[in-house]
Amino acid sequence: MTLAHYLVLAAMLFTIGAVGVLVRRNAIVVFMCVELMLNSVNLTLVTFARATGTVDGQIMAFFVMVVAAAEVVVGLAIIMSIYRTRRSASVDDANLLKY
Amino acid sequence: MIEAPDLDYAALAPLLFLFGAACIGVLVEAFARREVRHPVQLAVALVGTVGGFLSAILLASTRELSGDGADVTAGDALAVDGAGIFLQATIAGLGALSILLFAERALDPARSSFVAAAAVPAGSPRDRELLTSERVQTEVYPLATFALGGMMLFVAANDLLVMFVALEVLSLPLYLMCGLARRRRLLSQEAAVKYFLLGAFASAFFLYGLALVYGATGSVRLSAVQEAVTDGGGDTLLVLGLALLIVGLMFKASVAPFHTWTPDVYQGAPTPVTAFMAACTKVAAFGAILRLLYVGFGTDEWTWRPLIYGIAIVSMIVGAVLGLTQTDLKRMLAYSSIAHAGFLLTGVLGFDATGDSPGLSATMFYLLVYGLTTIGAFAVLTMIRDGDGEATHLSSWAGLAQRSPVIAAVMTLFLLALAGIPLTSGFTGKFAVFRAAIDDGAWPLVVVALLTSAVAAFFYLRVVVLMYFSEPAPDGPTVGVPGLPTTIVLAVTAAATLVLGVVPGSVLDLAGQAANLVG
Repeated sequence: MTLAHYLVLAAMLFTIGAVGVLVRRNAIVVFMCVELMLNSVNLTLVTFARATGTVDGQIMAFFVMVVAAAEVVVGLAIIMSIYRTRRSASVDDANLLKY
Repeated sequence: MIEAPDLDYAALAPLLFLFGAACIGVLVEAFARREVRHPVQLAVALVGTVGGFLSAILLASTRELSGDGADVTAGDALAVDGAGIFLQATIAGLGALSILLFAERALDPARSSFVAAAAVPAGSPRDRELLTSERVQTEVYPLATFALGGMMLFVAANDLLVMFVALEVLSLPLYLMCGLARRRRLLSQEAAVKYFLLGAFASAFFLYGLALVYGATGSVRLSAVQEAVTDGGGDTLLVLGLALLIVGLMFKASVAPFHTWTPDVYQGAPTPVTAFMAACTKVAAFGAILRLLYVGFGTDEWTWRPLIYGIAIVSMIVGAVLGLTQTDLKRMLAYSSIAHAGFLLTGVLGFDATGDSPGLSATMFYLLVYGLTTIGAFAVLTMIRDGDGEATHLSSWAGLAQRSPVIAAVMTLFLLALAGIPLTSGFTGKFAVFRAAIDDGAWPLVVVALLTSAVAAFFYLRVVVLMYFSEPAPDGPTVGVPGLPTTIVLAVTAAATLVLGVVPGSVLDLAGQAANLVG
C-alpha cells in the first residue's frame, strides 16, 4: 500500500459523502454524509503529513475533529427543533420557502 | 519543548473585545436573573462591538500599517495589516448597528423579534402562550458576538487552518440565530436547517481544499503557499485545492452559482438577523477571498482570474434577473445581495501583482457602503407591520408615502443607493470597483455589470413607484413607531448613505491608505 492508495480512498469517501448530501432525503443522513466528508479530509491530512514528513497535518486533523463535534451539537439541535414540530426530518417536507 | 508564540496584544485587542464580550455574555445568560438579563446582555454586546471598533481605529491611527509596517502575530497565524484592520473595524461597526436592531423593543407587541423559548415546539399550546408574553430571548447577543469575533478573525487569518476555524466560529452561531424568529417559526426553523446543511457541505469543500493545498505545499500558511505557488504554479493538486477553497468562500459570500440558500435563509430568518448576515457576513467572506487570492495565490493570478470572471458574470445576471420576479421584499433584497456579490467580484479582479491593486481599496470601500445601506434597508423592513408581524409582501408597501412620508423617503434613499444612482454611496462604490476592473483591462465585465445594474435598478425603482404613486390598501399594514435603537440605526445608515455619496473623498482615501496585505 503506497500513500497514493490512502489518498484515493479518501477522495472516494469524500465523493460518496458529497453525493449522499445531494441525493439523500433525511436531514440526519445528509448530516452523516457531511461528517463522512470531514473524516475523509482527516484521512487526507494524515496521509499528507506522512508524505511531507511534517506533523502539521496530524494536528490539523485534531482541529477538524473538534470543529466536527461542535457542528454536531449545533446541527442536531436545529434538526431536533424542526423534527419536534413536524414529526419528520425529511428535507423534502421542509418546503415552505421557495421562489 | 514547544515555544509559546509571541502575542501582540495591542493588535489582538479588537478580537479580544469581541470574544471577551461573548464569553461574559454566556456567563450572564447562566447567572443573571431573567428580569435584568436583557439590559445587561445588550450592554455587554455593545461594549464588545464598540470597543472592538474603537480599538481597531486606535490601532490604525497609532501604528504604521502600510508597507513594511504590516506584520504578523501569534506565531504567524494572524495578519496585522491595513486591510485586515479596516475590515475588522467595518465588521465591528456594522455589528454594533445590527445589535441595536436586535434590541428594538417598541415595534413588536411582544417586545422582541426573537422567540421567547426556542426549545418549545412551534405551534404547541406553550408556544402560543409565550407568543404574547413579554419574555424576551437574550441568547442571541452572545451568539451574535461570537459570530462577529469569528468574522474579525476570518479577515485577519494568515493561515488556512485559522481561516477554517474562524469560518466555523462565525457560521455555527449564525445557523442558530436564523431559527430564532418569534413569528412564522416554521419558516425560521426551515431556514436554519437549510442554512446549516448547505453551510456544513460548503465548509467540507473548503476543508478538502485546505488538505490538498497542504499536500501540495507542505504548509497552510499563506506566505508559504505563495512561495510554493511562485516556484511551481499550475501544480494540479494546488489548482484543485484553490478551486475547492474558492467554492467554500463563495458559498459564504452568497455568490451565484453557490447562492441557492440565500433567498430562503434571508426570508426565513428574523429580519434583524438577516440584516446582520447580509452586511457582516459579506464583509467577512470577501475579506477572506481577497486575502486568499491576493496573498496566497497572487503570483499565479491567471489560474483564478478566468474563474472569478465567470462567477462574477453569473452572479450579477442571476441576482438581477431573478430579483425581477420577486414579490417579497426580503427575498428581493436577497437577490440584490447576490447581484452585489457579483459587483464586488468585479472589484476583486482589479488586481495587479506588480504594483498597487486598485481593486483592494475599491472592494473594501464597496463592502463598507453596501453594509451600511443594507442594514438600513432591513431596518425599514422591520417597521412595516400587520397583525402577523412584518408585512414584507410587495403589495403591502403600496402608498406608503401617504401614510409615512419620512419612512418612505428613507427607504427610497436606500433603494436608490442599492441601485447605484449618483449622489448616493452606492454610486461611489460601484464607480470605484468598475474603475478598478477597467484599470486592469476587464472592461467586458464592466459592460455586463452596467447592463445588469440597469436591470436591477428596475426592481428597486418598482418599489419606489409603488410607495409614491399607488393608493394604499384600506386594510394595509401599519408603520410602527420605532424605539431609540432602530432610530439610531436609521439615522446613522441614512446619513452615511448620503454623505458617502456626496463627499466620499476622505473615506475613499482612508480605504486607499489601508489597502495593503501582509505577505
